[in-house]
Amino acid sequence: MNISKDLVAASAAPLVLAILSEAESYGYAIRKRVGELSGGELEWTDGMLYPVLHRLERNGYVTARWGTSGAGRRRKYYRLTELGTEELESQQRQWRLVDSALRSVWFKRMNLARQEGF
Amino acid sequence: MRKTTDLLEQRITEWRTFLQRRQAIHAADVDELEDHLRDQIGALSEAGLSEDEAFLVAVKRMGDLDSLSQEFAREYSERLWKQLVVSPDSGDSQSGNAKEAIVAIGLAIAAALAIKLPELFGISITGDRADDQFFYLRNFSLFVLPFLAGYFAWRRALDRQSRVWLAVPFVASAVIVNVMPFETGGSTEVLAALHLPIALWLAVGYAYTGGRWRDHNRRMDFIRFSGEWFIYYALIAFGGGVLMGFTIMIFQAIGLDAELLVQTWVLPCGAVGAVLIAAWLVEAKQSVIENMAPVLTRLFTPLFTFVLIVFLLTMFWTGSGINVEREVLIGFDLLLVLVLGLLLYAISARDPQAPPGFFDGLQLVLVVCAILVDGLALWAIAVRISEFGFSPNKVAALGENLVLLVNLGWSAVLYARFLANRSSFGSLERWQTTYLPVYAVWAWIVVALFPILFGFV
Repeated sequence: MNISKDLVAASAAPLVLAILSEAESYGYAIRKRVGELSGGELEWTDGMLYPVLHRLERNGYVTARWGTSGAGRRRKYYRLTELGTEELESQQRQWRLVDSALRSVWFKRMNLARQEGF
Repeated sequence: MRKTTDLLEQRITEWRTFLQRRQAIHAADVDELEDHLRDQIGALSEAGLSEDEAFLVAVKRMGDLDSLSQEFAREYSERLWKQLVVSPDSGDSQSGNAKEAIVAIGLAIAAALAIKLPELFGISITGDRADDQFFYLRNFSLFVLPFLAGYFAWRRALDRQSRVWLAVPFVASAVIVNVMPFETGGSTEVLAALHLPIALWLAVGYAYTGGRWRDHNRRMDFIRFSGEWFIYYALIAFGGGVLMGFTIMIFQAIGLDAELLVQTWVLPCGAVGAVLIAAWLVEAKQSVIENMAPVLTRLFTPLFTFVLIVFLLTMFWTGSGINVEREVLIGFDLLLVLVLGLLLYAISARDPQAPPGFFDGLQLVLVVCAILVDGLALWAIAVRISEFGFSPNKVAALGENLVLLVNLGWSAVLYARFLANRSSFGSLERWQTTYLPVYAVWAWIVVALFPILFGFV
Protein backbone atom coordinates (compact mmCIF):
# COMPACT_ATOMS: atom_id res chain seq x y z
CA MET A 1 0.00 0.00 0.00
CA ASN A 2 1.27 3.44 -0.88
CA ILE A 3 0.74 6.09 1.74
CA SER A 4 0.29 9.53 0.25
CA LYS A 5 3.11 12.05 0.52
CA ASP A 6 1.00 14.48 2.51
CA LEU A 7 0.10 11.88 5.07
CA VAL A 8 3.74 10.81 5.38
CA ALA A 9 4.76 14.40 5.96
CA ALA A 10 1.98 15.03 8.47
CA SER A 11 2.69 11.89 10.46
CA ALA A 12 6.45 12.31 10.57
CA ALA A 13 6.63 14.62 13.58
CA PRO A 14 4.20 12.69 15.82
CA LEU A 15 5.87 9.41 14.90
CA VAL A 16 9.34 10.72 15.75
CA LEU A 17 8.06 12.20 19.01
CA ALA A 18 6.40 8.94 19.93
CA ILE A 19 9.55 6.94 19.17
CA LEU A 20 11.66 9.33 21.22
CA SER A 21 9.19 9.04 24.12
CA GLU A 22 10.34 5.40 24.39
CA ALA A 23 14.02 6.32 24.80
CA GLU A 24 16.80 8.61 23.65
CA SER A 25 17.77 7.68 20.12
CA TYR A 26 19.58 8.73 16.95
CA GLY A 27 18.71 9.14 13.29
CA TYR A 28 19.37 5.71 11.88
CA ALA A 29 17.72 3.92 14.81
CA ILE A 30 14.65 6.16 14.58
CA ARG A 31 14.39 5.46 10.88
CA LYS A 32 14.66 1.73 11.53
CA ARG A 33 11.98 1.90 14.23
CA VAL A 34 9.62 3.67 11.83
CA GLY A 35 10.12 0.80 9.42
CA GLU A 36 9.37 -1.78 12.11
CA LEU A 37 6.31 0.04 13.40
CA SER A 38 4.72 0.36 9.98
CA GLY A 39 5.73 -3.08 8.82
CA GLY A 40 7.85 -1.41 6.17
CA GLU A 41 4.84 0.30 4.63
CA LEU A 42 5.69 3.84 5.61
CA GLU A 43 8.26 4.78 3.00
CA TRP A 44 10.49 7.64 3.93
CA THR A 45 13.58 8.69 2.12
CA ASP A 46 16.13 8.51 4.90
CA GLY A 47 17.47 12.01 4.50
CA MET A 48 14.08 13.60 5.12
CA LEU A 49 14.14 12.48 8.72
CA TYR A 50 16.84 14.99 9.59
CA PRO A 51 15.09 18.23 8.69
CA VAL A 52 12.16 16.92 10.76
CA LEU A 53 14.41 16.20 13.73
CA HIS A 54 16.03 19.59 13.45
CA ARG A 55 12.68 21.34 13.32
CA LEU A 56 11.59 19.53 16.46
CA GLU A 57 14.86 20.57 18.08
CA ARG A 58 14.35 24.17 17.08
CA ASN A 59 10.83 24.14 18.51
CA GLY A 60 12.24 22.81 21.76
CA TYR A 61 10.40 19.47 21.60
CA VAL A 62 13.66 17.51 21.60
CA THR A 63 17.19 18.25 22.67
CA ALA A 64 20.24 16.92 20.92
CA ARG A 65 23.72 16.05 22.06
CA TRP A 66 26.75 14.74 20.21
CA GLY A 67 27.99 11.38 21.46
CA THR A 68 29.95 8.53 19.98
CA SER A 69 28.64 5.38 18.36
CA GLY A 70 29.88 1.88 19.15
CA ALA A 71 32.28 2.19 16.21
CA GLY A 72 33.65 5.43 17.61
CA ARG A 73 31.95 7.79 15.15
CA ARG A 74 30.39 11.08 16.07
CA ARG A 75 26.68 10.55 16.51
CA LYS A 76 23.87 12.96 17.36
CA TYR A 77 21.41 11.70 19.96
CA TYR A 78 17.95 13.15 20.45
CA ARG A 79 15.85 13.14 23.61
CA LEU A 80 12.27 14.25 24.24
CA THR A 81 11.84 17.35 26.40
CA GLU A 82 8.94 18.20 28.67
CA LEU A 83 7.61 20.51 26.00
CA GLY A 84 7.94 17.61 23.55
CA THR A 85 5.91 15.35 25.82
CA GLU A 86 3.14 17.95 25.90
CA GLU A 87 3.32 18.29 22.15
CA LEU A 88 3.11 14.53 21.76
CA GLU A 89 -0.01 14.43 23.95
CA SER A 90 -1.58 17.22 21.95
CA GLN A 91 -0.75 15.41 18.72
CA GLN A 92 -2.27 12.21 20.11
CA ARG A 93 -5.52 14.01 20.86
CA GLN A 94 -5.60 15.51 17.39
CA TRP A 95 -4.93 12.23 15.62
CA ARG A 96 -7.52 10.43 17.78
CA LEU A 97 -10.09 13.03 16.88
CA VAL A 98 -9.35 12.69 13.17
CA ASP A 99 -9.35 8.94 13.55
CA SER A 100 -12.69 8.81 15.34
CA ALA A 101 -14.27 11.23 12.89
CA LEU A 102 -13.18 9.09 9.98
CA ARG A 103 -14.26 5.91 11.71
CA SER A 104 -17.70 7.17 12.55
CA VAL A 105 -18.42 8.38 9.03
CA TRP A 106 -17.01 5.21 7.48
CA PHE A 107 -18.88 2.86 9.82
CA LYS A 108 -22.11 4.74 9.36
CA ARG A 109 -21.78 4.26 5.64
CA MET A 110 -20.90 0.62 6.09
CA ASN A 111 -23.96 0.11 8.31
CA LEU A 112 -26.17 1.85 5.77
CA ALA A 113 -24.75 -0.29 3.02
CA ARG A 114 -25.40 -3.39 5.06
CA GLN A 115 -28.99 -2.37 5.71
CA GLU A 116 -29.57 -1.86 2.01
CA GLY A 117 -28.64 -5.47 1.54
CA PHE A 118 -25.15 -5.42 0.15
CA MET B 1 30.82 -4.77 11.76
CA ARG B 2 33.13 -5.41 8.83
CA LYS B 3 36.05 -3.22 8.15
CA THR B 4 35.34 -0.87 5.28
CA THR B 5 37.78 -0.76 2.41
CA ASP B 6 39.63 2.21 1.06
CA LEU B 7 37.45 2.35 -2.02
CA LEU B 8 34.32 2.68 0.08
CA GLU B 9 35.96 5.32 2.25
CA GLN B 10 36.82 7.24 -0.88
CA ARG B 11 33.27 7.07 -2.16
CA ILE B 12 31.89 8.20 1.17
CA THR B 13 34.31 11.13 1.15
CA GLU B 14 33.15 12.06 -2.34
CA TRP B 15 29.55 11.90 -1.22
CA ARG B 16 30.42 14.11 1.75
CA THR B 17 32.06 16.79 -0.37
CA PHE B 18 29.08 16.71 -2.67
CA LEU B 19 26.79 17.35 0.28
CA GLN B 20 28.98 20.01 1.75
CA ARG B 21 28.71 22.08 -1.38
CA ARG B 22 25.05 22.63 -0.56
CA GLN B 23 24.70 25.90 1.19
CA ALA B 24 21.77 24.88 3.34
CA ILE B 25 23.52 21.80 4.75
CA HIS B 26 26.17 22.56 7.34
CA ALA B 27 29.17 20.43 8.23
CA ALA B 28 27.53 19.11 11.41
CA ASP B 29 24.51 17.99 9.39
CA VAL B 30 26.79 16.22 6.95
CA ASP B 31 28.40 14.39 9.90
CA GLU B 32 24.99 13.28 11.05
CA LEU B 33 23.97 12.13 7.59
CA GLU B 34 27.25 10.31 7.15
CA ASP B 35 26.69 8.43 10.40
CA HIS B 36 23.33 7.34 9.03
CA LEU B 37 24.83 6.32 5.71
CA ARG B 38 27.48 4.21 7.36
CA ASP B 39 24.93 2.47 9.59
CA GLN B 40 22.82 1.75 6.56
CA ILE B 41 25.78 0.38 4.60
CA GLY B 42 26.74 -1.78 7.56
CA ALA B 43 23.23 -3.20 7.87
CA LEU B 44 22.94 -3.86 4.15
CA SER B 45 26.35 -5.54 4.03
CA GLU B 46 25.36 -7.81 6.89
CA ALA B 47 22.24 -8.70 4.96
CA GLY B 48 24.51 -10.01 2.22
CA LEU B 49 24.97 -7.16 -0.20
CA SER B 50 28.39 -6.40 -1.57
CA GLU B 51 30.04 -3.24 -0.38
CA ASP B 52 29.39 -1.57 -3.72
CA GLU B 53 25.73 -2.46 -3.77
CA ALA B 54 25.32 -1.49 -0.14
CA PHE B 55 26.75 1.95 -0.83
CA LEU B 56 24.52 2.51 -3.83
CA VAL B 57 21.37 1.38 -2.02
CA ALA B 58 22.22 3.43 1.05
CA VAL B 59 22.77 6.57 -1.02
CA LYS B 60 19.56 5.94 -2.94
CA ARG B 61 17.59 5.56 0.27
CA MET B 62 19.04 8.78 1.59
CA GLY B 63 17.10 10.50 -1.17
CA ASP B 64 18.33 12.71 -3.98
CA LEU B 65 20.46 15.59 -2.89
CA ASP B 66 18.42 18.32 -4.53
CA SER B 67 15.24 17.58 -2.62
CA LEU B 68 17.25 16.90 0.52
CA SER B 69 18.97 20.26 0.37
CA GLN B 70 15.61 21.83 -0.42
CA GLU B 71 14.19 20.31 2.75
CA PHE B 72 17.12 21.65 4.72
CA ALA B 73 16.73 25.04 3.08
CA ARG B 74 13.06 25.14 4.06
CA GLU B 75 14.01 24.33 7.62
CA TYR B 76 16.96 26.74 7.72
CA SER B 77 16.02 29.54 5.36
CA GLU B 78 18.49 31.84 7.11
CA ARG B 79 21.36 29.69 5.86
CA LEU B 80 20.71 30.86 2.34
CA TRP B 81 21.60 34.34 3.53
CA LYS B 82 25.28 34.21 4.07
CA GLN B 83 26.08 35.55 7.46
CA LEU B 84 28.90 37.90 8.23
CA VAL B 85 31.68 36.18 10.17
CA VAL B 86 31.53 38.79 12.89
CA SER B 87 28.50 37.13 14.43
CA PRO B 88 29.64 35.36 17.61
CA ASP B 89 28.51 31.82 16.81
CA SER B 90 30.02 31.39 13.38
CA GLY B 91 31.77 28.14 14.13
CA ASP B 92 35.46 27.64 13.68
CA SER B 93 38.47 29.97 13.92
CA GLN B 94 36.64 32.05 16.48
CA SER B 95 39.67 33.11 18.47
CA GLY B 96 41.30 34.39 15.27
CA ASN B 97 38.22 36.43 14.48
CA ALA B 98 38.08 37.84 17.98
CA LYS B 99 41.70 38.92 17.87
CA GLU B 100 41.16 40.45 14.45
CA ALA B 101 38.15 42.36 15.74
CA ILE B 102 40.02 43.65 18.77
CA VAL B 103 42.94 44.90 16.66
CA ALA B 104 40.63 46.54 14.11
CA ILE B 105 38.47 48.24 16.70
CA GLY B 106 41.53 49.23 18.69
CA LEU B 107 43.08 50.88 15.63
CA ALA B 108 39.78 52.58 14.83
CA ILE B 109 39.74 54.09 18.31
CA ALA B 110 43.39 55.09 17.95
CA ALA B 111 42.59 56.89 14.69
CA ALA B 112 39.61 58.59 16.33
CA LEU B 113 41.86 59.83 19.13
CA ALA B 114 44.54 60.91 16.67
CA ILE B 115 42.16 63.21 14.83
CA LYS B 116 41.40 64.93 18.15
CA LEU B 117 45.05 65.19 19.13
CA PRO B 118 45.68 68.61 17.49
CA GLU B 119 42.94 70.05 19.73
CA LEU B 120 45.38 69.69 22.60
CA PHE B 121 47.57 72.20 20.78
CA GLY B 122 44.66 74.51 20.24
CA ILE B 123 44.00 73.61 16.61
CA SER B 124 40.25 73.28 16.43
CA ILE B 125 38.33 71.57 13.65
CA THR B 126 35.31 73.80 14.02
CA GLY B 127 37.17 76.96 14.93
CA ASP B 128 36.86 79.96 12.68
CA ARG B 129 40.57 80.34 12.00
CA ALA B 130 41.08 79.43 8.34
CA ASP B 131 44.60 78.22 9.13
CA ASP B 132 43.24 75.53 11.42
CA GLN B 133 40.68 74.34 8.95
CA PHE B 134 43.26 74.01 6.22
CA PHE B 135 45.56 72.20 8.62
CA TYR B 136 42.88 69.52 8.97
CA LEU B 137 42.16 69.50 5.27
CA ARG B 138 45.84 68.91 4.42
CA ASN B 139 46.42 66.33 7.12
CA PHE B 140 43.13 64.47 7.15
CA SER B 141 44.41 61.33 5.47
CA LEU B 142 47.50 61.34 7.69
CA PHE B 143 45.33 60.87 10.76
CA VAL B 144 43.76 57.69 9.49
CA LEU B 145 45.62 55.97 6.64
CA PRO B 146 48.76 55.21 8.70
CA PHE B 147 46.52 53.17 11.00
CA LEU B 148 45.03 51.37 8.03
CA ALA B 149 48.50 50.65 6.67
CA GLY B 150 49.47 49.46 10.14
CA TYR B 151 46.46 47.15 10.21
CA PHE B 152 47.55 45.49 6.99
CA ALA B 153 51.19 45.43 8.06
CA TRP B 154 50.00 43.45 11.08
CA ARG B 155 47.62 41.21 9.13
CA ARG B 156 50.10 40.39 6.41
CA ALA B 157 52.95 40.09 8.92
CA LEU B 158 55.22 42.44 6.98
CA ASP B 159 58.92 42.00 7.64
CA ARG B 160 60.98 44.75 9.18
CA GLN B 161 62.39 46.05 5.92
CA SER B 162 58.97 46.33 4.29
CA ARG B 163 57.66 48.14 7.34
CA VAL B 164 60.38 50.73 6.95
CA TRP B 165 59.51 51.15 3.27
CA LEU B 166 55.87 51.47 4.20
CA ALA B 167 56.62 54.25 6.67
CA VAL B 168 58.54 56.31 4.11
CA PRO B 169 55.59 57.79 2.15
CA PHE B 170 53.70 58.65 5.33
CA VAL B 171 56.61 60.42 6.96
CA ALA B 172 57.59 62.13 3.72
CA SER B 173 54.08 63.42 3.02
CA ALA B 174 53.63 64.59 6.62
CA VAL B 175 56.75 66.67 6.21
CA ILE B 176 55.84 67.93 2.74
CA VAL B 177 52.31 69.15 3.48
CA ASN B 178 53.27 70.77 6.77
CA VAL B 179 56.62 72.32 5.93
CA MET B 180 55.80 73.86 2.58
CA PRO B 181 54.83 77.54 2.88
CA PHE B 182 51.37 77.19 1.34
CA GLU B 183 49.35 80.32 0.87
CA THR B 184 46.32 79.54 3.04
CA GLY B 185 43.43 78.46 0.88
CA GLY B 186 45.50 78.58 -2.31
CA SER B 187 44.91 76.18 -5.19
CA THR B 188 48.10 74.23 -4.63
CA GLU B 189 47.18 73.63 -1.01
CA VAL B 190 43.71 72.37 -1.91
CA LEU B 191 45.13 70.24 -4.71
CA ALA B 192 47.71 68.71 -2.39
CA ALA B 193 45.01 68.00 0.17
CA LEU B 194 42.85 66.29 -2.45
CA HIS B 195 45.65 64.21 -3.94
CA LEU B 196 47.34 63.11 -0.74
CA PRO B 197 44.64 60.53 0.10
CA ILE B 198 45.08 58.97 -3.35
CA ALA B 199 48.86 58.84 -2.98
CA LEU B 200 48.62 57.35 0.50
CA TRP B 201 45.85 54.94 -0.46
CA LEU B 202 48.26 53.34 -2.89
CA ALA B 203 50.83 53.21 -0.10
CA VAL B 204 48.21 51.31 1.88
CA GLY B 205 48.05 49.05 -1.16
CA TYR B 206 51.72 48.23 -0.60
CA ALA B 207 50.83 46.99 2.88
CA TYR B 208 47.72 45.24 1.55
CA THR B 209 49.78 43.19 -0.87
CA GLY B 210 52.08 42.23 1.98
CA GLY B 211 54.98 44.00 0.33
CA ARG B 212 54.55 41.95 -2.85
CA TRP B 213 53.24 44.85 -4.85
CA ARG B 214 54.77 43.63 -8.08
CA ASP B 215 52.46 40.63 -8.07
CA HIS B 216 49.60 41.41 -10.47
CA ASN B 217 47.13 39.13 -8.74
CA ARG B 218 47.75 40.94 -5.47
CA ARG B 219 47.23 44.25 -7.18
CA MET B 220 43.91 43.03 -8.55
CA ASP B 221 42.98 41.94 -5.03
CA PHE B 222 43.73 45.43 -3.84
CA ILE B 223 41.47 46.87 -6.54
CA ARG B 224 38.70 44.52 -5.41
CA PHE B 225 39.34 45.49 -1.82
CA SER B 226 39.15 49.20 -2.64
CA GLY B 227 35.78 48.83 -4.34
CA GLU B 228 34.27 46.80 -1.53
CA TRP B 229 35.77 49.13 1.04
CA PHE B 230 34.18 52.09 -0.67
CA ILE B 231 30.75 50.45 -0.59
CA TYR B 232 31.09 49.49 3.06
CA TYR B 233 32.28 52.95 3.93
CA ALA B 234 29.34 54.53 2.14
CA LEU B 235 26.93 52.25 4.02
CA ILE B 236 28.56 53.01 7.37
CA ALA B 237 28.54 56.72 6.56
CA PHE B 238 24.85 56.51 5.78
CA GLY B 239 24.18 54.76 9.09
CA GLY B 240 26.37 57.30 10.88
CA GLY B 241 24.38 60.14 9.31
CA VAL B 242 21.15 58.66 10.60
CA LEU B 243 22.72 58.24 14.05
CA MET B 244 23.88 61.85 14.15
CA GLY B 245 20.55 63.15 12.93
CA PHE B 246 18.71 61.31 15.67
CA THR B 247 21.23 62.37 18.30
CA ILE B 248 20.69 66.02 17.48
CA MET B 249 16.93 65.59 17.29
CA ILE B 250 16.40 63.78 20.59
CA PHE B 251 18.66 66.15 22.51
CA GLN B 252 16.85 69.07 20.98
CA ALA B 253 13.64 67.57 22.34
CA ILE B 254 14.95 68.06 25.89
CA GLY B 255 16.24 71.51 25.10
CA LEU B 256 19.93 70.70 24.65
CA ASP B 257 21.89 71.57 21.56
CA ALA B 258 24.04 68.59 20.65
CA GLU B 259 25.03 69.89 17.25
CA LEU B 260 28.42 71.19 18.32
CA LEU B 261 29.23 67.98 20.14
CA VAL B 262 28.26 65.95 17.08
CA GLN B 263 30.36 68.16 14.81
CA THR B 264 33.46 68.19 16.95
CA TRP B 265 33.44 64.60 18.19
CA VAL B 266 31.02 62.18 16.55
CA LEU B 267 31.58 63.27 12.96
CA PRO B 268 35.40 63.42 12.77
CA CYS B 269 35.99 60.45 15.05
CA GLY B 270 33.36 58.40 13.28
CA ALA B 271 34.65 59.32 9.85
CA VAL B 272 38.19 58.13 10.57
CA GLY B 273 37.16 55.15 12.67
CA ALA B 274 34.85 53.93 9.94
CA VAL B 275 37.80 53.72 7.52
CA LEU B 276 39.29 50.95 9.63
CA ILE B 277 36.03 49.27 10.45
CA ALA B 278 35.09 49.13 6.77
CA ALA B 279 38.50 47.65 5.90
CA TRP B 280 38.15 45.05 8.62
CA LEU B 281 34.65 44.11 7.47
CA VAL B 282 35.83 43.68 3.89
CA GLU B 283 38.69 41.47 5.08
CA ALA B 284 36.42 39.45 7.35
CA LYS B 285 33.68 38.81 4.85
CA GLN B 286 35.58 38.50 1.60
CA SER B 287 35.15 34.75 1.43
CA VAL B 288 31.64 34.79 2.87
CA ILE B 289 29.60 37.23 0.86
CA GLU B 290 29.54 37.90 -2.82
CA ASN B 291 31.32 41.10 -3.77
CA MET B 292 29.01 44.04 -4.22
CA ALA B 293 31.06 46.20 -6.59
CA PRO B 294 30.74 43.85 -9.59
CA VAL B 295 27.00 43.58 -9.02
CA LEU B 296 26.63 47.37 -9.13
CA THR B 297 28.86 47.40 -12.20
CA ARG B 298 26.56 45.00 -14.03
CA LEU B 299 23.64 47.17 -13.09
CA PHE B 300 25.08 50.51 -14.11
CA THR B 301 27.23 49.72 -17.14
CA PRO B 302 24.20 49.45 -19.48
CA LEU B 303 22.62 52.55 -17.97
CA PHE B 304 25.71 54.73 -18.33
CA THR B 305 26.34 53.43 -21.83
CA PHE B 306 22.79 54.36 -22.78
CA VAL B 307 23.10 57.87 -21.30
CA LEU B 308 26.41 58.53 -23.06
CA ILE B 309 25.11 57.34 -26.42
CA VAL B 310 22.02 59.52 -26.09
CA PHE B 311 24.24 62.45 -25.07
CA LEU B 312 26.50 62.02 -28.10
CA LEU B 313 23.55 61.68 -30.45
CA THR B 314 21.92 64.79 -29.00
CA MET B 315 25.11 66.79 -29.38
CA PHE B 316 25.49 65.61 -32.93
CA TRP B 317 21.81 66.32 -33.72
CA THR B 318 21.52 69.74 -32.18
CA GLY B 319 25.08 70.77 -33.03
CA SER B 320 25.57 72.34 -29.63
CA GLY B 321 29.09 72.35 -28.25
CA ILE B 322 30.16 71.73 -24.68
CA ASN B 323 29.78 74.83 -22.60
CA VAL B 324 33.09 75.50 -20.93
CA GLU B 325 32.48 76.47 -17.35
CA ARG B 326 34.97 76.46 -14.54
CA GLU B 327 33.88 73.10 -13.18
CA VAL B 328 33.45 71.33 -16.49
CA LEU B 329 36.90 69.79 -16.70
CA ILE B 330 36.65 68.34 -13.19
CA GLY B 331 33.23 66.98 -14.13
CA PHE B 332 34.64 65.16 -17.13
CA ASP B 333 37.53 63.85 -15.06
CA LEU B 334 34.99 62.37 -12.70
CA LEU B 335 33.11 60.86 -15.63
CA LEU B 336 36.31 59.12 -16.73
CA VAL B 337 36.97 57.94 -13.19
CA LEU B 338 33.49 56.49 -13.10
CA VAL B 339 33.86 54.72 -16.42
CA LEU B 340 37.25 53.44 -15.33
CA GLY B 341 35.63 52.18 -12.11
CA LEU B 342 32.93 50.38 -14.05
CA LEU B 343 35.61 48.87 -16.26
CA LEU B 344 37.83 47.85 -13.35
CA TYR B 345 35.12 46.14 -11.36
CA ALA B 346 33.75 44.40 -14.41
CA ILE B 347 37.26 43.10 -15.03
CA SER B 348 37.87 42.18 -11.41
CA ALA B 349 34.87 39.86 -11.30
CA ARG B 350 35.19 38.34 -14.75
CA ASP B 351 36.45 34.85 -15.37
CA PRO B 352 39.46 35.49 -17.62
CA GLN B 353 38.93 32.16 -19.36
CA ALA B 354 35.36 32.90 -20.46
CA PRO B 355 34.87 33.73 -24.16
CA PRO B 356 33.79 37.25 -25.18
CA GLY B 357 30.13 37.90 -24.48
CA PHE B 358 27.48 40.57 -24.89
CA PHE B 359 28.53 42.36 -21.73
CA ASP B 360 32.10 42.72 -23.01
CA GLY B 361 30.81 44.40 -26.14
CA LEU B 362 28.75 46.75 -24.02
CA GLN B 363 31.77 47.56 -21.92
CA LEU B 364 33.74 48.48 -25.02
CA VAL B 365 30.91 50.71 -26.26
CA LEU B 366 30.88 52.44 -22.87
CA VAL B 367 34.63 53.06 -22.94
CA VAL B 368 34.57 54.34 -26.51
CA CYS B 369 31.64 56.66 -25.77
CA ALA B 370 33.41 58.02 -22.69
CA ILE B 371 36.56 58.70 -24.73
CA LEU B 372 34.54 60.49 -27.41
CA VAL B 373 32.68 62.65 -24.90
CA ASP B 374 35.90 63.44 -23.11
CA GLY B 375 37.66 64.25 -26.36
CA LEU B 376 35.00 66.82 -27.20
CA ALA B 377 35.30 68.36 -23.74
CA LEU B 378 39.08 68.47 -23.99
CA TRP B 379 38.85 70.25 -27.33
CA ALA B 380 36.66 72.94 -25.84
CA ILE B 381 38.90 73.33 -22.82
CA ALA B 382 42.14 73.43 -24.79
CA VAL B 383 40.78 76.44 -26.69
CA ARG B 384 40.03 78.16 -23.43
CA ILE B 385 43.39 77.42 -21.86
CA SER B 386 45.22 78.81 -24.87
CA GLU B 387 43.32 82.03 -24.31
CA PHE B 388 43.71 82.36 -20.56
CA GLY B 389 46.92 80.50 -19.74
CA PHE B 390 47.68 77.87 -17.15
CA SER B 391 46.67 77.67 -13.53
CA PRO B 392 47.45 74.86 -11.06
CA ASN B 393 43.83 73.72 -11.15
CA LYS B 394 43.74 73.50 -14.92
CA VAL B 395 47.04 71.67 -15.16
CA ALA B 396 45.99 69.20 -12.48
CA ALA B 397 42.65 68.57 -14.16
CA LEU B 398 44.29 68.23 -17.56
CA GLY B 399 46.93 65.88 -16.21
CA GLU B 400 44.29 63.69 -14.62
CA ASN B 401 42.36 63.67 -17.83
CA LEU B 402 45.42 62.57 -19.71
CA VAL B 403 46.26 59.82 -17.22
CA LEU B 404 42.73 58.43 -17.42
CA LEU B 405 42.46 58.87 -21.16
CA VAL B 406 45.63 56.90 -21.80
CA ASN B 407 44.34 54.10 -19.63
CA LEU B 408 40.91 54.00 -21.25
CA GLY B 409 42.28 54.40 -24.76
CA TRP B 410 44.58 51.43 -24.48
CA SER B 411 41.86 49.49 -22.63
CA ALA B 412 39.57 50.07 -25.59
CA VAL B 413 42.23 48.74 -27.97
CA LEU B 414 42.80 45.67 -25.79
CA TYR B 415 39.05 45.12 -25.43
CA ALA B 416 38.56 45.30 -29.17
CA ARG B 417 41.37 42.82 -29.71
CA PHE B 418 39.87 40.52 -27.13
CA LEU B 419 36.45 40.70 -28.80
CA ALA B 420 38.07 39.91 -32.11
CA ASN B 421 39.68 36.89 -30.43
CA ARG B 422 43.11 38.29 -31.13
CA SER B 423 44.27 38.48 -27.56
CA SER B 424 43.31 37.10 -24.17
CA PHE B 425 41.34 38.85 -21.48
CA GLY B 426 44.32 38.48 -19.21
CA SER B 427 46.21 41.18 -21.12
CA LEU B 428 43.46 43.70 -20.32
CA GLU B 429 43.57 42.72 -16.67
CA ARG B 430 47.33 43.03 -16.68
CA TRP B 431 47.18 46.46 -18.31
CA GLN B 432 45.00 47.71 -15.49
CA THR B 433 47.19 46.33 -12.75
CA THR B 434 50.33 47.56 -14.51
CA TYR B 435 48.85 51.04 -14.70
CA LEU B 436 48.20 51.38 -10.96
CA PRO B 437 51.57 53.01 -10.10
CA VAL B 438 50.86 55.74 -12.68
CA TYR B 439 48.05 57.06 -10.47
CA ALA B 440 50.43 57.08 -7.51
CA VAL B 441 53.12 58.89 -9.46
CA TRP B 442 50.68 61.54 -10.66
CA ALA B 443 49.21 62.04 -7.19
CA TRP B 444 52.70 62.47 -5.72
CA ILE B 445 53.58 64.98 -8.44
CA VAL B 446 50.56 67.08 -7.54
CA VAL B 447 51.27 66.81 -3.81
CA ALA B 448 54.99 67.43 -3.86
CA LEU B 449 55.93 69.24 -7.09
CA PHE B 450 52.92 71.45 -7.88
CA PRO B 451 53.37 73.75 -4.87
CA ILE B 452 56.99 74.35 -5.87
CA LEU B 453 56.22 74.74 -9.58
CA PHE B 454 53.41 77.21 -9.01
CA GLY B 455 54.95 79.07 -6.11
CA PHE B 456 52.57 77.83 -3.35
CA VAL B 457 49.67 79.93 -4.57
